[in-house]
Amino acid sequence: MGLLESIVLAVLAASTPLLLAACGELVAERAGVLNLGVEGMMIVGAACGFAGAYVTGSIVIGALAGIAAGAALAAVFALLTLGLAVNQVATGLALTILGVGISGLIGAGFVGERIAGAPHLYIPGLTDVPFLGRILFGQDPFVYLSLAIVVGIWWFLYRTRAGLELRAIGDNPASAHALGYPVLRKRALAVLFGGACAGLGGAYLPLAYTPFWISGMTAGRGWIALALVVFASWQPGRLVAGAYLFGAVTILQLHAQGAGVGIPSQFMSSLPYLATILVLVVISRTRGRAGAAAPASLGTVFVPDR
Amino acid sequence: MLVLERRGESSTAIAIASPLIAIALTLATIAVLFALLGKNPLQALAVYFLQPLTDSYSLQEIAVKATPLVLIAVGLSFCYLANVWNIGAEGQFLIGALAGGWLAVATQGTDAGPWVLPAMLVLGAVGGALYALIPAICKVRFGASEILVSLMLVYVADLLLDYLVRGPWRDPHGYNFPTTAEFDPVATLPLLVQGSRLHYGALIAVLVVIAATVVLGRTIRGFEIRLVGAASKAARFSGFDANKLVVTTFAISGALAGLAGVIEIAGPVGHLQPAFSPGYGFTAIIVAFLGRLHPVGILFAALFLALTVIGGEGAQITLKVPLDLTKVFQGLLLFYVLACDSLVLYRIRLVTPQRRTADGVA
Amino acid sequence: MKRMMIGGLLAALALGASTLVAPAQDKLKVGFIYLGPIGDFGWTYQHEVGRQGIVKHFGDKIETSYLENVNEGPDSERAIEQLARTGHKLIFTTSFGYMDPTVKVAKKYPDVYFEHNTGYKRDKNLATYSARFYEGRYIQGQIAAKMSKSGVLGYVGSFPIPEVISGINSTILGAQSINPNIKVKIIWVNTWFDPGKEADAAKALVDQGADVLMQHTDSPAAMQVAEARGKYAFGQDSDMYKFGQKAQLTAIVNNWAPYYVERVQEVLDKKWTSTDTWGGLNTKYLLMASYTNMLDDVKKMAEDTQAAISSGKLHPFKCPVVAQDGSTVECKGGTHLADEQILGMNFYVKGIDEKIPGK
Repeated sequence: MGLLESIVLAVLAASTPLLLAACGELVAERAGVLNLGVEGMMIVGAACGFAGAYVTGSIVIGALAGIAAGAALAAVFALLTLGLAVNQVATGLALTILGVGISGLIGAGFVGERIAGAPHLYIPGLTDVPFLGRILFGQDPFVYLSLAIVVGIWWFLYRTRAGLELRAIGDNPASAHALGYPVLRKRALAVLFGGACAGLGGAYLPLAYTPFWISGMTAGRGWIALALVVFASWQPGRLVAGAYLFGAVTILQLHAQGAGVGIPSQFMSSLPYLATILVLVVISRTRGRAGAAAPASLGTVFVPDR
Repeated sequence: MLVLERRGESSTAIAIASPLIAIALTLATIAVLFALLGKNPLQALAVYFLQPLTDSYSLQEIAVKATPLVLIAVGLSFCYLANVWNIGAEGQFLIGALAGGWLAVATQGTDAGPWVLPAMLVLGAVGGALYALIPAICKVRFGASEILVSLMLVYVADLLLDYLVRGPWRDPHGYNFPTTAEFDPVATLPLLVQGSRLHYGALIAVLVVIAATVVLGRTIRGFEIRLVGAASKAARFSGFDANKLVVTTFAISGALAGLAGVIEIAGPVGHLQPAFSPGYGFTAIIVAFLGRLHPVGILFAALFLALTVIGGEGAQITLKVPLDLTKVFQGLLLFYVLACDSLVLYRIRLVTPQRRTADGVA
Repeated sequence: MKRMMIGGLLAALALGASTLVAPAQDKLKVGFIYLGPIGDFGWTYQHEVGRQGIVKHFGDKIETSYLENVNEGPDSERAIEQLARTGHKLIFTTSFGYMDPTVKVAKKYPDVYFEHNTGYKRDKNLATYSARFYEGRYIQGQIAAKMSKSGVLGYVGSFPIPEVISGINSTILGAQSINPNIKVKIIWVNTWFDPGKEADAAKALVDQGADVLMQHTDSPAAMQVAEARGKYAFGQDSDMYKFGQKAQLTAIVNNWAPYYVERVQEVLDKKWTSTDTWGGLNTKYLLMASYTNMLDDVKKMAEDTQAAISSGKLHPFKCPVVAQDGSTVECKGGTHLADEQILGMNFYVKGIDEKIPGK
């Protein structure tokens, strides 16, 4: 396997959990809800995903368990921020604390266990094509699923009426409500979807990436996912680019070290973060006042008048 | 079905009752949780909430733990009141520690005078403010999201601290372990109470709370900040410059976070080492909201949060409860407090569902 | 039935109430401060296994407590002091970063015994202890050199602290004793564990030609990568055979229970003194996991080396040790480097091409 090919494969895998979690958060934020609890939802997804797969021996059940766990946590968030109009920022942070705690409790019994990781696609003939074969046709199902979700989200947001409603709700919930759109219900669904995706993204880690459970194994990826949504200006296409860019810089700095590049490793480790800031600044400059790309009501509370 | 309805005017009765209701709900949940685990719920409550209040050591430790939280959260409240989302206080905290720590390391072993500590504090505040200006300027000049930039910079600050402490600033007599030498006495915060860890930083925190209350409540700038957050269009019509406010609030927030950072290392820690912060910058965000973005509220919220942390340690020791359970409990407690707080602004009513009008979508 | 229920309820209440006013126990209370979660299957996990070892050994004579995820900053001083204040008479702090906080608390509580792991500051009531991990690394280096076809080893490093550096050096010296031209690639992940990142680093090392992996990080991620790619790897802190049944050659397993049992017994016998214990293979504070996936002659070589190191006949850092810049390191320990030199090692030996980060 050539070096470039293996780098691309590594990048795809490293970026997938970020992409999955960011997808869900993008939908929630397009509806105007800022959920900072992505890290918490990801890690409960990881713990429950591993538990499900270990107990039943099925990756699919594990993935479903991860999705359910993330969605359940998101439901608590929705109850508080949508049902009781609680501040979203604070609730999201509390959700992260809760999620980390719950994941530790659930995962405690599974430390030191392993499962067979998710299988990779293999199409005789196609997968064997040099270079492109494994990249296009040799991934595990999560990678393909993440891309499918991105396409699905794009189609939903820009090509369906329901998506149009969602975007309207995110930009101006008061007007949307006046038009009769069920603001709270749609926001709740968006939040649940966000939780499901975060749970799936978290479950990816112990189901496919490193098939075991260890406390805290998401290691801050939820925060990166949050940043990626902003980086992508809330657009699905840019999200893919952002996730893979971040993954690429992360992987490349490791390769650079292995190749003996003598720059301090801390600087190399900081490259993904610096690169993200730089690209964002450049993009925002060329688009002018791109801050306007944020859903206008993001983070604010909405209580329907009666 | 149950719906939320905004109250005409905030109810003072509820404002006082809400934290109490939250606590009651939490106590009830803990009772159930612990009973399920086979632990004595009354004992659990005592360990979490009462024990830390019963002796002077724990009380002092609560103050020590709350000090950086108060400082950072007050700074954050300036930002959040103006709807400016500074999520990078942790990074500003670290950079402030580095800025002040630089002076401590540079004057180590030399017979420098008592000017060192005040200079460190100033440097810490300035360093934090400058670091916070990066996301502020990115937002004002390039329209880049301050959430993203400030968050990314947290990781950068952490790695910078790591690099400096492992490399150029490493203690030459420290067996090459990543830590600076202990700070000289002139670079250390004096203690308020001998024999404990309570230091002058706590006093500084209280002064900051008083100053912030005055600034936010009684000065034009404070009024601007609160107005921009509550009604940005009205603020713009009144001639307030939103961009200047972004920069100002970030600078204030960064300065306070940086001050908290240098106070931590000149006080309880006593030197620089990697990862010396247990995430104060992020915990402070919760404190800011728990305190309803008011300096005095923040003071109480910080003390309360510190109480639960110390109570949580006690629970691990005396009740043999795993840390994860404490985290679950903390998360739930926060949820209850936040939920009950919303009752101050809203009431819950039972209404019969209404039919939708013709041009609406069901 | 109803009476039984009421009786049971009353009994439960009484029991509950009695625990609130329980009299002070005479058991020895032993406390532990952990850096990570006990679920990390690595460094902290093995300390926890050690704690469970003394619980099993001493049963009712002792009571233990632990605090996990204790940050190395100001929180740790409070955590240690909390243990001291709640009647714990023997406290183990299991990470280097707890050194100064332990020193401070030890001064305040002269009646409590403190044991600091991997540090170097001691006091009348403060002892230090660690294990000579570099001994295990030497054996691993020899095995790696025998098993590597590409002649390139891959090292997943956490932080460039002396303990890690001495581990790398010992590995290379061991490898050079078999293949003087052995090469090593080192990637620093700047964390003690982040399984995803460790896996990424392991993949990068394999992509760049390494076919035997070593690690100084905590999770089995690198082992799994080796298994998936058909390469070899060494487990760290714990036996990782489960994660690499075709890949694991051996593992360095931390085994703290014997030391903990010994020290607890000394406190019970009132014979505890402040010591500096740096236990090697001969003390069993570190164990080598079964030698697997290798031919018998390699296994014999490893066992012979292990025996030689245990008996003191062979020292990984036997003089002369040549540093990366070609100079010979001053030999302060007679025939081998002195303990302080190993404890504070901050140079690479000759044969490593890369530079230590930050120098």
